[in-house]
Amino acid sequence: MPATPSSVPEPSRTDPALIRNFCIIAHIDHGKSTLADRMLQLTGVVDARQMRAQYLDRMDIERERGITIKSQAVRLPWQPTDGSGGTHILNMIDTPGHVDFTYEVSRSLAACEGTVLLVDAAQGIEAQTLANLYLAMENDLTIVPVLNKIDLPAAQPEKFSEELANLIGCDPDDVLRVSAKTGVGVDALLDRVVRDVPAPVGVADAPARAMIFDSVYDSYRGVVTYVRVVDGQLTKRERIRMMSTGATHELLEIGTNSPEMLPADGLGVGEVGYLITGVKDVRQSKVGDTITTQSAGATDALGGYKDPKPMVFSGLYPLDGSDYPELREALDKLQLNDAALVYEPETSAALGFGFRVGFLGLLHLDVIRERLEREFGLDLIATAPNVVYRVLMEDGAEHVVTNPSEFPEGKISEVYEPVVRATVLAPTEFIGAIMELCQNRRGSLLGMDYLSEDRVEIRYTLPLAEIVFDFFDNLKSKTRGYASLDYEPTGEQSADLVKVDILLHGDKVDAFSAITHKEKAYAYGVRLVAKLRELIPRQNFEVPIQAAIGARVIARETVRAIRKDVLAKCYGGDISRKRKLLEKQKEGKKRMKMVGSVEVPQEAFIAVLSTDSDGDSKAKK
Amino acid sequence: MPSVLPDGEPVPEDGALPPQALAGAAARPLGFYLHVPYCATRCGYCDFNTYTASELRGSGGALASRDNYADVLVDEIRLARKVLGDDPRHAATVFVGGGTPTLLPAADLVRMLGAIRDEFGLAADAEITTEANPESVDPAYLAELRAGGFTRMSFGMQSARQHVLRVLDRTHTPGRPEACVAEARAAGFEHVNLDLIYGTPGESDDDWRASLDAAIGAGPDHVSAYALIVEEGTQLARRIRRGEVPMTDDDEHADRYLIADERLSAAGFRWYEVSNWATAEAGRCRHNELYWTGADWWGAGPGAHSHVGGVRWWNVKHPGAYAQALAESRSPGAGREVLVAEDRRVERILLELRLSAGCPLDLLTEAGAKAAVRAVGEGLLEPAAHEAGRAVLTLRGRLLADAVVRDLTD
Ligand SMILES: Nc1nc2c(ncn2[C@@H]2O[C@H](COP(=O)(O)OP(=O)(O)O)[C@@H](O)[C@H]2O)c(=O)[nH]1
Ligand SMILES: C[S@@+](CC[C@H](N)C(=O)[O-])C[C@H]1O[C@@H](n2cnc3c(N)ncnc32)[C@H](O)[C@@H]1O
Ligand code: SF4
Ligand SMILES: [Mg+2]
Repeated sequence: MPATPSSVPEPSRTDPALIRNFCIIAHIDHGKSTLADRMLQLTGVVDARQMRAQYLDRMDIERERGITIKSQAVRLPWQPTDGSGGTHILNMIDTPGHVDFTYEVSRSLAACEGTVLLVDAAQGIEAQTLANLYLAMENDLTIVPVLNKIDLPAAQPEKFSEELANLIGCDPDDVLRVSAKTGVGVDALLDRVVRDVPAPVGVADAPARAMIFDSVYDSYRGVVTYVRVVDGQLTKRERIRMMSTGATHELLEIGTNSPEMLPADGLGVGEVGYLITGVKDVRQSKVGDTITTQSAGATDALGGYKDPKPMVFSGLYPLDGSDYPELREALDKLQLNDAALVYEPETSAALGFGFRVGFLGLLHLDVIRERLEREFGLDLIATAPNVVYRVLMEDGAEHVVTNPSEFPEGKISEVYEPVVRATVLAPTEFIGAIMELCQNRRGSLLGMDYLSEDRVEIRYTLPLAEIVFDFFDNLKSKTRGYASLDYEPTGEQSADLVKVDILLHGDKVDAFSAITHKEKAYAYGVRLVAKLRELIPRQNFEVPIQAAIGARVIARETVRAIRKDVLAKCYGGDISRKRKLLEKQKEGKKRMKMVGSVEVPQEAFIAVLSTDSDGDSKAKK
Repeated sequence: MPSVLPDGEPVPEDGALPPQALAGAAARPLGFYLHVPYCATRCGYCDFNTYTASELRGSGGALASRDNYADVLVDEIRLARKVLGDDPRHAATVFVGGGTPTLLPAADLVRMLGAIRDEFGLAADAEITTEANPESVDPAYLAELRAGGFTRMSFGMQSARQHVLRVLDRTHTPGRPEACVAEARAAGFEHVNLDLIYGTPGESDDDWRASLDAAIGAGPDHVSAYALIVEEGTQLARRIRRGEVPMTDDDEHADRYLIADERLSAAGFRWYEVSNWATAEAGRCRHNELYWTGADWWGAGPGAHSHVGGVRWWNVKHPGAYAQALAESRSPGAGREVLVAEDRRVERILLELRLSAGCPLDLLTEAGAKAAVRAVGEGLLEPAAHEAGRAVLTLRGRLLADAVVRDLTD
């Protein structure tokens, strides 16, 4: 079908040869969202009047943190500037940038044939750039190297073109230079995408197969599912089938985004778009799943589907116990949009009723916690994040532990903890500091490569548990903010791990139990016990605070009994003041949580739980 | 009077009380508290509603001056007469406090007392006390008070140690308070109190023992011993924050309290309220007992608090604003609260538990009663009194009285 500049190919009738599916890979803040904005403008899908910064970052929290959590796909018509080949359809897929969302990134990449590798010309390559680049390479994507922010006085395009060229094995002259801010070079970039990124290839008359690369809950429309059609055709008002579960749904609407939803007759080979089936929960329309038609559907699903697996757990408790139902409702709502969020009710003797919540990683945890507090107005206590342990007993039984207080007693033969492959990029002067930190965190060096004369990539295997607390903060402070980190789970290892319990007046405080490496147990115990001693107010009786491994006490402090709690001053006839004071004190008493017979202020829990797990946090201050 | 006023509802212009406040009044004693809001200098630890001459200069003008203070206060006593209507009660107690009442001429104090006698009458055995700073009185002054009808003197001794008095910014010399007791006795005062403060930064246990011994040796029939409270906004609080003097320590306070109770008991004093000891029933301060037992009293003067039949109110703080209101025949009341039954129940526990007589167990809810049983178990309440239906603090319980009150008011 010959296309002319004035005739833009329509969805479901677009020649795959004219389609280019690409994404943008960038380290955070290297300008991906800004570049996407320019592309929207340049291709005319959003006019200047409607344009606002970071158009595609929809959630408030994304805007505030400047991060992209959910990917989006936009259909951009583009007539190459040399006039060749007619109007093409560029589908730009905005991938999430953060490590916690690696699986979603990988699915977004799988929907593309090419990627724009965007690097800040003043910063150079960072860890997330690399991690995502490796993912792109695994997916055989064609890489279009681009330096952004060349308008900045601090830009070093020569140096970083060299670095990029070395990394992906191209000529430094092939590295494009753009400014997403001013728009310079963005048209050439789109031309390059048309020239270099391969057109999708699929079998048009085969049974339909489309891969879900994103699934977003919308309170008006229900779940909006983003798909890339690989083979065949999806047509409106057809029944479709989710191949992982066999569930079938009516296709209520199908279309493309430009960037608002635009209904169409269907989607053909290589096309990217959205569909709506009326399901209300993203877990019924899961990222990575294959969609086919109900009748005469495909028999083989596309590869690569994985259930999202939580890596980090934390107990979330409402500060005010009566908010428990609200917390449940809020989690239910968030789960509609987040297939990776899992939770189960749990009860803590110290914190009351709450949930053990599983997250993909720390950012995921932070984001969920913040949304619960901000969007749902909840005040929460979160227990220190922990990873999942697999415990083998001598009698052959196996336990999966997601809550340290449930670590099994008895004869343990082996404990397994998850490990990650961490990549740190930093200026060479920090090699020593970084290696020291990783060594402290039980890391083992995998390798080290110089990206350029003064920048190095260091790879470590690290226990996930060692980086879930304050690793990144430490890394930043030890490298004056220059290091970047990325990690991906690579499996598990057996390790010498023990559970440290904290006892108040002889009673275990479940919220403070932790699983640590044997060699770090003592330091953890001493630190927590000292901290609690400062935070627990004196009671009418002496309160011993102990840290113990099983029955063995490894650290002990005492909160001495309070001896005086009486106002002894002459206030004459001002009895109202006395009563008000009593009322205030009673309010304070209500905010105490009883742990056995000990009154512990909620602030103590928060203070202890919000501290990092490692002594070297002092370096931060 | 402490310097911060509570929040409350407004007091009507004429000071009228809700009718229920006077119901059954005849059965309750009526007392008067007269506040004198002037001091020669301000002690660094003090947050009472009191003003030095320089603090008053430029604010409040002539109205706030202490020269015509007695007349202004008499105006309020006349207002009290109007508000209380045909209430037949005589004054059972009068207490003049401050500030430094004895900064006024003795004749002024006598004139204020005279107004009460004229408007209400004094009960035959009325207790008439004034506070006095030791450096501000002499035998003639005391004789004039006694002749004018005063029956009890309360001297702010605080400590017998020079270095402690210095930290407290007290201007009298060691020995002067003891001399005051002798002078008061000589003037014919049957009842004399000494106020002591313990736990001042720099005070040792031995300093405290010396102060107690000096006070006991002077022969008063009443001693009040208060733990030094570092009040926000005072000079002392600032000095502690700047690290110039150490913070007071609760454990030290506990030790000092035990020392006080031991020394005073050995000398024949018996506690009848957490901070108050007397040699005999007759030596107790009946005026303070009115506060603690929910009786009625009219507090006259800036910032003074009153209570009549479940209505508590308090006056504007500043002497200028106070005088202004009375000059315009308005009530100087700044706010009031009308207590509901639960407030009164809680107040009764709060106040009566601090007395050696304790509070009746039938004031307690079920939860409070359970807490009382626990408190007996923990050695905070006397088992025998509990058996007999009353909650009475043990010695250790007195030191933890606020905690016990919190539990018993559950
Ligand atoms: N000077 C300059 N700033 C840019 C350019 N592109 C992006 N920025 C700024 O860099 C910051 C991060 O950009 P953003 O698009 O949010 O990055 P993202 O995290 O990769 O999506 C923002 O403050 C942008 O305004 C550019 O070409 N030049
Ligand atoms: C109303 S004041 C006495 C006023 C009098 N001008 C005097 O200082 O002697 C009554 C007593 O309260 C005590 N007092 C005052 N401020 C105090 C504080 N901050 N902490 C403890 N007791 C205090 C003192 O013992 C004082 O004698
Ligand atoms: S003399 Fe008494 S009332 Fe006056 S400032 Fe000193 S302590 Fe306060
Ligand atoms: Mg962004």
